[in-house]
Amino acid sequence: MNALVEYLLRLGDDRLVLGHRLSEWCGHAPILEEDIALSNIGLDLLGQAAGFLGLAGEVEGLGRDADALAFGRGATELRNVQLVEQPNGDFAHTIARQVLFDTASLAVLEQLAGAKHAKLAELAAHAAKETRYHVRHGRDWFVRLGDGSAESHTRTQRALDSLWIFTPELLEADAVDAELGRAGIGADLASVRAGWRREISALIEQATLRQPEDPPYPATGGRRGVHTEHLDHLLSNMQCVARAHPEARW
Amino acid sequence: MSAEQPDSQWPLWEVFVQEKTGDPHEHAGSLHAPDGELALQAARDVYARRGPVVSLWVVESEHIVSTTPADSPSFLEPGPEKIYRHPRFYTGPRSTKNTARKK
Repeated sequence: MNALVEYLLRLGDDRLVLGHRLSEWCGHAPILEEDIALSNIGLDLLGQAAGFLGLAGEVEGLGRDADALAFGRGATELRNVQLVEQPNGDFAHTIARQVLFDTASLAVLEQLAGAKHAKLAELAAHAAKETRYHVRHGRDWFVRLGDGSAESHTRTQRALDSLWIFTPELLEADAVDAELGRAGIGADLASVRAGWRREISALIEQATLRQPEDPPYPATGGRRGVHTEHLDHLLSNMQCVARAHPEARW
Repeated sequence: MSAEQPDSQWPLWEVFVQEKTGDPHEHAGSLHAPDGELALQAARDVYARRGPVVSLWVVESEHIVSTTPADSPSFLEPGPEKIYRHPRFYTGPRSTKNTARKK
């Protein structure tokens, strides 16, 4: 497959899956204001996914649009990192997952905003603007939960401990990244990774939490379609209407 | 699980939005938040996600000093008979049209 299509699917699928996860909070968040905030962030991510997947379909040239890519592929065809498919857990778990993803995502998007591919650069610049707010929201909550009550501290530490194994995959580079890097399109993940590590370590310290040990065997494989069991459940929910009524219009 | 529970509802905040530079900040509504920064975040999502907004203010409701209904007759009596207090006899110059809120 064309490396650019693959790259765009990764960008789109990360946001599609995480956006859907956040939509699961709708009507269930701890307070009304957060219900709206998480739904807004979820909608932003779905909008970004629609842009990246739409462009992937165009570049692919097989007549698949964003909907076909979002609702017509099974788990082994999805290219998202495993972090974003992890279940919501409690509020601290969702915030920890969000801040880990958003900080890495923003660093990548800011580089992609200068990509030598006008359409991708434009989508990335727009997504970066939205993601700056997501990061602010996530950081604010992460610090308040970590440095909050004994209960919120314990829960946030537990969330960080259980999600840490998924973080190396966030900025892991493979042949697709290398190829796009040579073409001046992809982000330089090595430089992004160093900055991200510093940012997250400082944030964890600010939240009075303990940074987990780096996992000897990180969870990885999402970019090749290897996922945790949670993605199948998510997709069966997300895709059931589109699969039951493939030609439906509304 | 620890037994530590939140003592009660978070404080109430009043939200004021400014739709364009030079306009007054207008009261949009209220919300609950644990502190000012998170009140701004929530205000952004609840009151500023549709339509243009250039500035947001939040203030804790308990910091607003207000009149009470009992004050009304003596304190707020509008004095309709004191017509000389109502500067309605002037036409303002065109250049000042943006200083008053358009309705």
